[in-house]
Amino acid sequence: MTRPMCITEKILAAHAGREAVYPGELVQVRVDVALANDITAPLAIGVFREIGAGRVFDPERVVLVADHFVPNKDIASAEQVKVVRDFAAEQGIRHFYDPGNGGVEHVILPDMGLVGPGDLVLGADSHTCTYGALGAFSAGVGSTDLGAVMAAGSTWLKVPPVVRVVYEGELRPWVGGKDLILYTLGKIGVEGAGYKTLEFTGGTIERLPMSDRFTMANMAVEGGAKNGIVPPDETTRAYTAGRTLREPVFFSSDPGAEVERELHVDVSAVELQVAFPHSPDNVRPASAAGKVSVDQVFIGSCTNGRLEDLRLAAALLKGHKVHPHTRVIILPGSRDIALEALREGLTEVFLDAGAVVGPPSCGPCLGGHLGILAGGERAVSTSNRNFIGRMGHPESEVYLAGPAVAAASAVLGRIASPSDL
Amino acid sequence: MHIKGMVWRFGDHVDTDLIIPARYLNLSDGKELAAHCFADLRPDFPSRVGVGDVLVAGKNFGCGSSREHAPLAIREAGIRVVIAESFARIFYRNSFNIGLPLLEAPDAAQALKEGDRVTVNPASGEIVRELDKAVFPAEPIPLFMQELIQAGGLVPYLRERRRT
Repeated sequence: MTRPMCITEKILAAHAGREAVYPGELVQVRVDVALANDITAPLAIGVFREIGAGRVFDPERVVLVADHFVPNKDIASAEQVKVVRDFAAEQGIRHFYDPGNGGVEHVILPDMGLVGPGDLVLGADSHTCTYGALGAFSAGVGSTDLGAVMAAGSTWLKVPPVVRVVYEGELRPWVGGKDLILYTLGKIGVEGAGYKTLEFTGGTIERLPMSDRFTMANMAVEGGAKNGIVPPDETTRAYTAGRTLREPVFFSSDPGAEVERELHVDVSAVELQVAFPHSPDNVRPASAAGKVSVDQVFIGSCTNGRLEDLRLAAALLKGHKVHPHTRVIILPGSRDIALEALREGLTEVFLDAGAVVGPPSCGPCLGGHLGILAGGERAVSTSNRNFIGRMGHPESEVYLAGPAVAAASAVLGRIASPSDL
Repeated sequence: MHIKGMVWRFGDHVDTDLIIPARYLNLSDGKELAAHCFADLRPDFPSRVGVGDVLVAGKNFGCGSSREHAPLAIREAGIRVVIAESFARIFYRNSFNIGLPLLEAPDAAQALKEGDRVTVNPASGEIVRELDKAVFPAEPIPLFMQELIQAGGLVPYLRERRRT
């Protein structure tokens, strides 16, 4: 038998045509899916042309998603999307999406079955690590790497060591994946998993729905990680069945596989969490937030723009009005989710409460459009980063939280928990 | 290849939103991006930085998004090497890919001050402070990354390989 390995090492070995790989080793790997968006694809397409590559390695395995500045916010953004759309047409790339048939990249790729367990996915977007929730290796790269991957269908990767976090115990009411990952970031810090794999395991994770797993893997990069990964199981199988384009491969970590560090979290002690400005690891329990007034609430993004997030927010907003001093912006993560939210009556709940429901877009998360903050304004956001100026003016503030805290804060106009309603 | 220039000093955890705010990501031309480099942190940076200057920062430089616009803006502003205590992963890879060398050098990152004049040899990793000729070591750049820098980045590197 080869050396015992963790899931990430097994996926890398399988894509390198090797029996085993070792942390620190540079390996040449085959890439299953290459992804870029309207901000990163134009640069990647430029690189692709400069290299002198004529055709992409496989038009079925290149996915291009216009999601950051769409619907096009200005002429420059429109020109960027046009570059991507034209490239997709020229190369025969079927998987080009915009808000009308797609949505936020890391929400739609799993939902459409374009990525699945055992895959190796590279995307020119740092939150590409989201697909680790499916038991895939997925990591963010820059545009030059992506341009070269689109040409060759392969690249080099350094095998990362593993930081394993074991979650045990029963979750408290309203506490979910967002609270677990914020709590974890608070423990390890924004550099705590630098260049490493964050492996999420334990009984709590085994009972956690897919949507919460996506939220956790999504923010692995906020701990500096190369990838996040969840062992695929029956929950994964139920989600991917009849969905994925390729036959899924379920890898699991071997007993005795080497991990660099192992942390244990008793989730029964984890309260609803909020990350204060200006770092995702600056967390405290929502109950200890103090009186922080809120000008804007954003519910959406690749972190928390899924149907389950909207259902949770609607359950709390139903029968309430948003606070008169607070604007609430809700962007479903995809067209399909927007449609389902409409069918289930969630959209009506949001509009009745006084929220605005917009198109699927990354928009406000990165201060792009559809909800920019003025100087001195504060937002509670279900997104993933609260750096200085992230959602607008450099003197604005972003507080990261899950949909429960976001919805309660929307009603009370201050950082709040559902129990305060 | 030696780089001689003046030090521009930054702190810990400088993220890609600070290097180039997202509102400028509808641009993809390096020169246009450089005009907004550190727009919210040090708005005068692009007009004052000289070609060949050196950026020195603390921990986790370049954390956050995968936007290659960040190292591109720094390079096009005139910076020829970035020295830090540590770098975020995607930024590290992106910088070498576009031909901007990075040096992990904790001692230099702590000692060097704004305005210091330094001479840097990216191949050997040697950093010399001109004032007192103090020498600071850096983590050696992996061989493959050195090849990338010698070629001028991943694109010229791949082009060369296609020719041979």
